[in-house]
Amino acid sequence: MSYTAKNLTLGGSELIAFRVGDQEFCVNIMSVREIRGWTPATAMPHSPSHMIGVINLRGAVLPIVDLSGRLGMKPTDPTARHVIIVAQVRRKVVGLLVDAVSDILTVTDDDIQPTPEVSSDLERQFARGILAIDKRMICLIELEALFPETESEAA
Amino acid sequence: MDMNEIKEIFFQECEEQLAELESGLLKMNDGDRDPETVNAVFRAVHSIKGGAGAFGLDDLVAFAHVFETTLDCVRSNKLEPTQDVLKVMLKSADVLADLTNAARDGGSVDESRSRGLVKELEALANGELPSPSAVSEAPAPKPAPKAAPASVAAAPAPKPTDDSGFQPIPFSFDDFGGEEKPVDLPAYEITFKPRFELYSKGNDATLLLRDLSRLGEMSIYCNADALPGLEELDPEGAYFFWNITIKTDKGEDAIRSVFEFAEWDCDLTVKPAEDSKPGETNEELPMIPVPFDLSILDDGGASEVPAAAETKADDTAAAVAAAETATNVTQMAAAAARVEKKESAAAAAAAASAAAQNNAAAGAGQTIRVDLDRVDRLINLVGELVINQAMLSQSVIENDTTGTSSINMGLEELQQLTREIQDSVMAIRAQPVKPVFQRMSRIVREIADMTGKSIRLITEGENTEVDKTVIDKLAEPLTHMIRNAVDHGIETPEKRAAAGKNTEGTVRLTAKHRSGRILIELADDGAGINREKVRQKAIQNDLIPADANLSDEEIDNLIFLPGFSTADKISDISGRGVGMDVVKRSIQALGGRINITSRPGQGSVFTMSLPLTLAVLDGMVVTVAGQTLVVPLTAIVETLQPEAAAIHSFGANHRLISIRNSFCPLVDVGRILNFRATQANPVEGVALLVESEGGGQRALMVDAIQGQRQVVIKSLEANYTHVPGIAAATILGDGRVALILDVDAVVGASRGQSLKAEMSLAAAG
Repeated sequence: MSYTAKNLTLGGSELIAFRVGDQEFCVNIMSVREIRGWTPATAMPHSPSHMIGVINLRGAVLPIVDLSGRLGMKPTDPTARHVIIVAQVRRKVVGLLVDAVSDILTVTDDDIQPTPEVSSDLERQFARGILAIDKRMICLIELEALFPETESEAA
Repeated sequence: MDMNEIKEIFFQECEEQLAELESGLLKMNDGDRDPETVNAVFRAVHSIKGGAGAFGLDDLVAFAHVFETTLDCVRSNKLEPTQDVLKVMLKSADVLADLTNAARDGGSVDESRSRGLVKELEALANGELPSPSAVSEAPAPKPAPKAAPASVAAAPAPKPTDDSGFQPIPFSFDDFGGEEKPVDLPAYEITFKPRFELYSKGNDATLLLRDLSRLGEMSIYCNADALPGLEELDPEGAYFFWNITIKTDKGEDAIRSVFEFAEWDCDLTVKPAEDSKPGETNEELPMIPVPFDLSILDDGGASEVPAAAETKADDTAAAVAAAETATNVTQMAAAAARVEKKESAAAAAAAASAAAQNNAAAGAGQTIRVDLDRVDRLINLVGELVINQAMLSQSVIENDTTGTSSINMGLEELQQLTREIQDSVMAIRAQPVKPVFQRMSRIVREIADMTGKSIRLITEGENTEVDKTVIDKLAEPLTHMIRNAVDHGIETPEKRAAAGKNTEGTVRLTAKHRSGRILIELADDGAGINREKVRQKAIQNDLIPADANLSDEEIDNLIFLPGFSTADKISDISGRGVGMDVVKRSIQALGGRINITSRPGQGSVFTMSLPLTLAVLDGMVVTVAGQTLVVPLTAIVETLQPEAAAIHSFGANHRLISIRNSFCPLVDVGRILNFRATQANPVEGVALLVESEGGGQRALMVDAIQGQRQVVIKSLEANYTHVPGIAAATILGDGRVALILDVDAVVGASRGQSLKAEMSLAAAG
């Protein structure tokens, strides 16, 4: 996949940074609807392992995805200290289970470095670029890539 | 409101009129000779024509006009509405519907068909009897509406007494043909008496009189005797009437056609003048003729009048403000003149308020049009209210140890109120199934024509009400089934005659409420299902193994399998093998079940059972492997506590439970949904005996029953995806999401159709 093809015009946009395991990630703040604490979810039968279940978000049924598991890392065992980022991905709303929300960053396009060539396709699939802030490395996630049309639209 | 919105309203009304038209014609077809039915049919066509004329939809007007002319012959008893005549008329109603749709959506219609029908209708109006080959090849000249109605063969005959008790005078051209003088044009005396509602329906006497003046030399006398004092005057009412003498060679029809669109809102007499003196005192309507200023009929004159009225009535601003049409203004001017005499502004105010009251009374109709989105929002909100109320009750019960506090009583009342609100809101969405049933009658007619069969559709219980979403989704599967019934079910007339049956086949469509669901039955008196043929076909298509031992019922239900068609020849109508499995799927998607019973030689009955609403569901809340699930109550036949002795192992993986000496397969819900790895011990749980579509019973094993509850259905697909075995989700009193079990899918999975397979199929599609 060619990264030049992706639209990187972010000119001074805001990002929400959060922690999953020992890594930091961020998403565009415009796709985040709200951030809420963990509530027990209802498990869904026949769902992939990173699909934790569904919760009631003010009357709507909201699927909760374990971001750690989805990114191919160790599955999370959710506790009351975990946080759900409610994000809009295309026409659907999903909840992302993360360890903690750490920061709100204001960045320009120049701050975003291209993703280094790594062997795994998974990382390259969702990573839109990386940011170096205060000697930390924060990976910018593209939610649309994380939840491809085929998976969310299958019916 | 822009033109498009008005047009949209017109088309909505057209739909209603078309429905009215069709139901009226069908009534007549069944032998109803009530003049009111004929009138209703006539009115429907007439209103469509009127509205279409206003929007310049010429095709529609032209066709409606011919249709109307023929209907008028029926109305005046000149044409006997026989079956053959009504057949043409029903077809015409279909074409009228097509034309309306084409006018709205910009499509095109089958021109040759409408032309052929125009010919047939004109032939009927001319008193020719319909023949099957009446369709002429030469295109019929499009009759211009209004322009030359005299050329239409059927002259309007004496109308029946209408509701105002007004009796028109019979008239024949022959009577005065001899009296006609070569030099003088024939003169007519016209009495034009608007009814009270003429103006409120958008007609304007000024315009009508102006149109009339174009026919020839005329003199008008206005009678203002009926004009009340200002305190009683309704500014929007009609008080004047006119006596007109006109000399024209255009004939009576042309005069009548001027008043065509106002016909229902005025009393009109047209008769040849007995002598040439205009304004002869009419015995029926004694009056002192008031010469009427014809200049008001010119546009300029009409627009000047309001100014004059305003200057006259400057102290009765309220009255003048109400005067909107030019003709009304003339009335108002007269009224204002009286006010000036009385110098009574208070009377004017009283009149204005009385008029406002009248308007309010007239405006409060029996129905209102509401945007469906608004109703849906209300329903969603009520759904939230129900959940919230349940949550509140639950937390009060948890925190309140005494259980007798006033809070509890208040909560109980709240619960009742929410239930009532919910029922009322649901009732808003409930609609009779009539429109769908009516559409079916058209389909039956068309297919019967195409297949050369003679079919009679009988509908029953068409006023049965059901949620609008159910109705909307019902049309498609029902169409499929009707097509199948007519195409495959009913035999050809020759075969029927050979079998000793009435050559006319009967399809009966019935709707009724039964235990909180709507039951729709489609019965035909055809040949029934040829079980041997179905069986062969299923084996041939690899749907069942060749040595399968199936019951009659199981064979009948094979027709619901995908890719199944027994039609010998593939026809345009049905028989591509996409019919019945699609029907079954759409019915299931609605939370319904479908069943077939068939008796060879006597016909088949399809029975559909559907929920009344798609928004709420009565469910049994159960626990399975620590998860809370809701099982639709309608699926459950009974619940039982299995005893160890009743459980029998069957093969390696199956277990049966014996219930009153019959054996029923046991299905572990937790296992099917993958909630647990091993099968649970049935003795520790509860068995729910469910009936799946196809009639087979299964015992679903759950761990425990929590209770019964009405739950609000929430879509899983909105934010997630379809999950096999799960119909939808809901939110329980504790605020958590619970899944609603898709009983049929779970039962299907237990039969060996893997849920996973269905899932991968769904993902691929």
